[in-house]
Amino acid sequence: MSLLSINDLQVSFKTRRGTVNAVRGLSLEIEKGETLGIVGESGSGKSVTSYALMRLLESNGRISGGALSYGGIDLRHAKESVMRDLRGREISMIFQNPRAALNPIRKVGHQIEDVLRRHAKATRSTARAEAIKALEAVKIRDPEARYNAYPFELSGGMCQRIVIALALACDPKLLIADEPTTGLDITTQKAVMDLIADLIAERGMSAMVITHDLGLAAQYCNRIVVMKDGEIVEQGDPKRLFTAPEHPYTRKLVDATPRSGASVRSLLPAEQRTPAPELPVSETPLLEVRDLTKTYQGKSGPVHAVKGISFKVMKGQSVGLVGESGCGKSTTSSILVRLTDPTSGEILFNGEDLAKTPAGTFARDPRRAAIQMVFQDATDSFNPRHTARHSIAEPLKRLTGLKGKALKDRVEELADLVGLPRPLLDRFPHQLSGGQKARVGIARAIAVEPQFLILDEPTAALDVSIQAIVLNLLVDLRAKLGISFLFVSHDLHVVRLLCDHVIVMRDGEILEEGPAAAVMDAPAHAYTRELLAAAPEPPALAETLSSAAE
Amino acid sequence: MAGRLSTIGTRIAQSIPVILGVVVVSFVLTRALPGDPAVYFAGAAADEASIAEVRTALGLDKPLPEQFLIYARDVATGNLGQSLSTGQPVLEDLANRLPASLELTLTALMLSCAVAIPLGVLAATRPGSAVDHLCRVLVTAGVSLPTFFTGVVLIYIFYYLLGIAPSPLGRLDFIYIEPDRITGFYLIDAALAGDWETWVGALKQLVLPAVTLALFTMAPLARMTRAAMLSALSSDYIRTARAAGLTEDKVLFTYAFRNALLPVITTLGMVFSFTLGANVLVEKVFAWPGIGSYAVEALVVSDYAAVQGFVLAMALLFVALNLVIDLTYTLIDPRIGFETK
Repeated sequence: MSLLSINDLQVSFKTRRGTVNAVRGLSLEIEKGETLGIVGESGSGKSVTSYALMRLLESNGRISGGALSYGGIDLRHAKESVMRDLRGREISMIFQNPRAALNPIRKVGHQIEDVLRRHAKATRSTARAEAIKALEAVKIRDPEARYNAYPFELSGGMCQRIVIALALACDPKLLIADEPTTGLDITTQKAVMDLIADLIAERGMSAMVITHDLGLAAQYCNRIVVMKDGEIVEQGDPKRLFTAPEHPYTRKLVDATPRSGASVRSLLPAEQRTPAPELPVSETPLLEVRDLTKTYQGKSGPVHAVKGISFKVMKGQSVGLVGESGCGKSTTSSILVRLTDPTSGEILFNGEDLAKTPAGTFARDPRRAAIQMVFQDATDSFNPRHTARHSIAEPLKRLTGLKGKALKDRVEELADLVGLPRPLLDRFPHQLSGGQKARVGIARAIAVEPQFLILDEPTAALDVSIQAIVLNLLVDLRAKLGISFLFVSHDLHVVRLLCDHVIVMRDGEILEEGPAAAVMDAPAHAYTRELLAAAPEPPALAETLSSAAE
Repeated sequence: MAGRLSTIGTRIAQSIPVILGVVVVSFVLTRALPGDPAVYFAGAAADEASIAEVRTALGLDKPLPEQFLIYARDVATGNLGQSLSTGQPVLEDLANRLPASLELTLTALMLSCAVAIPLGVLAATRPGSAVDHLCRVLVTAGVSLPTFFTGVVLIYIFYYLLGIAPSPLGRLDFIYIEPDRITGFYLIDAALAGDWETWVGALKQLVLPAVTLALFTMAPLARMTRAAMLSALSSDYIRTARAAGLTEDKVLFTYAFRNALLPVITTLGMVFSFTLGANVLVEKVFAWPGIGSYAVEALVVSDYAAVQGFVLAMALLFVALNLVIDLTYTLIDPRIGFETK
């Protein structure tokens, strides 16, 4: 008998706009020792399924049909007290955004003790020792010291280890991992996933890994279920799903997953692939950064965020700036877009040094329009009380002085350019989807006809199929408008798709730079190799590569 | 820990310039008030010469900077001057009246917290339920009825109709003897002296005005508790705690409530500040010999020394209160002391 079986599960939510069926007749089983991946885009019902089986749905949601059985226990009708005994002891969960998943004002050791003592795995006298053992199990260095730490004192990866320690403290038989690595750096992601995989194997647990990343699921799961709109569209062996997807939706997902060897057009469904545009790169530099440094005054002495970097961006070129959090890439982009002043160094833009104009007065500089930015979080970078039209018109009014009909026409022209249907212009940010918001963000940035556009992880929060569309839009815009890009990202596959030239940064320094293909295929620096190795690689491709080598 | 201690030290040091500023402002403000105290105190039949005489006696003929220096020196030595209307040293007046106000305000706030916080928590755990609606109704009623009205209604019901409450005339009925002064709080002093009869007498006097004030202050506390609990309960770490199977009590109190306490304490501090200054209406209704009514009376007759003394005392109290609140924060929230840099 399987450990967990879900039969025809229905979950519905009562909302202001009526009842929403989030899960519609889902059936699946997890065997002992099996790792099942559930893959789907936002709104597919993958997380809701896991909350339903933990009976942790929001108060407006309920299981409206079907059966849930875990080791013979009817989870749908079990008493709340029975569920409380099961949670944490039999079935555990780890979450995305680990820092928020921990109580901010309780020592992490105490949080682990709470779970241990709740399930009688430790007494008052042994709790501390047991908690430290749980920290050791997730390979935390110096667990005695970490026991007394608060979440805010730990890095994101470390917090995720604590969350894992907390989930596994009572030796559960089933682990549910809900997007466990979203928001973590790529090398941390690999470390965390490897740790989870090791622990699952070591303890003989079953696991359910919920993710939007097909590549990640393929790498760590025995079997994959693809979900769309609350239903399973396809399931099977990861390799088979990649090489011979049967359902068109799976096909679309597989296509849209960035991978080495893909071109930006190949991310789109086959019928939408138009020929890729020509992208001429001029030999004249548009931007030249010379020996740029930025030093912050920290609590414990100065922090050198950027330590003397130099690079060039040619006219029409797309440069990728790659690195993990804390490497200085955000500081660099903030300096280049002239929102932050560098400590020293020159920023030559068309030969003029922009660093001479302080960031505080650059907004009134005539060159303000020439350098624009697309921000990472499409939701937070809009005024929630402004319509899309208002947001796009804002820089036009400020920088070009357009008014009335001319302004309206220009905004509509921009909407057409980024493929945003005109009726959506009068919506507020919360009424737009992630992909639509990304389009508004791009339209706003290109409204004033910049020569240089800084893109700060513009697709990080998007589903893969939407990401594929936005990336293609960016390529088309670059061809049409001849803008130079600085693409800041931690996703090497995406950078390769979009950039001609790559700069790898760590600790405020440039470790390696060169043409995208050269750096990716033959990385000179060990760190670049580490980054490349950490990126999940879909199995289909791994196979093609090995067969090509034969 | 060292981080926290230095935060506390910095915080205390920061209050010093505030206090100095208050001394200056209280001096300037009272001088800017219209009305000439010399005219008032010389009496209705005074002529030019006697007014001038009073003015010299009060030191009001000297130039302002000199007056300020004298004032600053006096404040430093603890001499707040003589109240012109009561004839007592201001310091003594304040020492008599401040405890009366504090006792009333603190009792009212304790009462208010005892009702509002559990009510807020209950309302947050059952949004949309009967408790939630009761909370809303009580809170709206409490804040929309002015204190002088609630006070009068309470007196009418409990003193006039039911006869349970004693006559609303001050802190202690005349049949009791004032307890020996130790803290100035009658309840504490009577308890210390072991005089329980007086203690009960003082409590009886205190109940109605304290309830009046408590009703008024419940609204912000209950609302804030409800909102803070709601946001804490919907946060990710509560989900983690539930997913780990922790009991509902543990989730509610150790996880949610402690996190929700921070905004509640901020609100409590604000409520305390405005109540202390604003309970003059309650003091008037119940003939409570508090600091609010004292200040109003002094202000009406341009009693410089008394008004200055009041402003200074209140300012010091607020500075101390804010300090206590900030220090409470550092006890609850480990992040403070690292982030405030």
